[in-house]
Amino acid sequence: MAAGTAVEAMARARVEEIAGRRLEAAAEEFSSVVTAHRPHIFRFLLASTRDADLAETLTQECFLKAYRNWGSFRGDSSAMTWLMRIAINLQKDHWRNRRMQFWRKTRTNSVDLDEASEWLPSGERSAEQQLLAREQVGSVWKAVEGLSERQRTVFLLRYVEEQGLSEIAQAIGLNEGTVKAHLSRALARVRAELGGWR
Amino acid sequence: MREKDGGIRGASGVSEPETLEQALSNFRASVFAWSDAEYGRPRMAVRPVRQRSWRLAAGWALGCVLMAGGVSGGVYERHYRQEQARIAAVREAERQRLVAEQRVREEDELLAKVDSDVSREVPSAMEPLAQLMAEDEGE
Repeated sequence: MAAGTAVEAMARARVEEIAGRRLEAAAEEFSSVVTAHRPHIFRFLLASTRDADLAETLTQECFLKAYRNWGSFRGDSSAMTWLMRIAINLQKDHWRNRRMQFWRKTRTNSVDLDEASEWLPSGERSAEQQLLAREQVGSVWKAVEGLSERQRTVFLLRYVEEQGLSEIAQAIGLNEGTVKAHLSRALARVRAELGGWR
Repeated sequence: MREKDGGIRGASGVSEPETLEQALSNFRASVFAWSDAEYGRPRMAVRPVRQRSWRLAAGWALGCVLMAGGVSGGVYERHYRQEQARIAAVREAERQRLVAEQRVREEDELLAKVDSDVSREVPSAMEPLAQLMAEDEGE
């Protein structure tokens, strides 16, 4: 009887050890995913909202949600696509909740287009080239602001994150044809905004 | 997407014109620069969720009260108007009834007056004849 109890205890300890190791391995794996993809998610949310604090909050929520559901991630798509899908849904929920809060002041902390256009990499460019680039960036921001939420998401995923059509389709939950149509409309708008540059 | 020759392939698979390509490239570089600068910046914590939910609840409660007030005010106003219309209808009916009664009374009085004006007392010499006529009518 005592021997049986001892074996049971050992078995339990072994199971706990294995479970602990698995948990550690999963945590390590998730940690590497966070390190690899956090900047991308933040960048996408920043470009979508033009609000650094909101982008940071949504990024944190995204990874918290991802951590809670890490066990259910089957690897059908890449981790990046899965995380992007979570980020897109969180962003959608955020705007929906904001629309519901109709009595609150509608002002957001989004920076205006001019301020957003100020950011340029400090490369070896002349002042004239810098000015030209800034004006072009401003025009693209203006076009992006006029896009629908979905078109904007598709546009940013394609031309900022440089994702493929199939990845975008997976992240948004649409088929590739619809993604192409959204992208085409978005590009037409950008092209129209840049019309004066030709 | 970026091609080997540096061009950007559009959704339709056709290379975008140079200006568009350049603008998109600058836009991407701008977003990267902004994101890199913001990513490492320390931030203050955002306002607590509890305050948010309190405001949310208060907002909804206020909204509900205003809506309930508006609806009940409308219902009361409608009911009040209906009641006023009903009272007015009853009064009008009463007035018409009184007018009709008055008219009937006046007509009766007029007829009575006419009767009294037209009728004359029978002379005593004609009394037997009048009795005879009355008896004939009775038969």
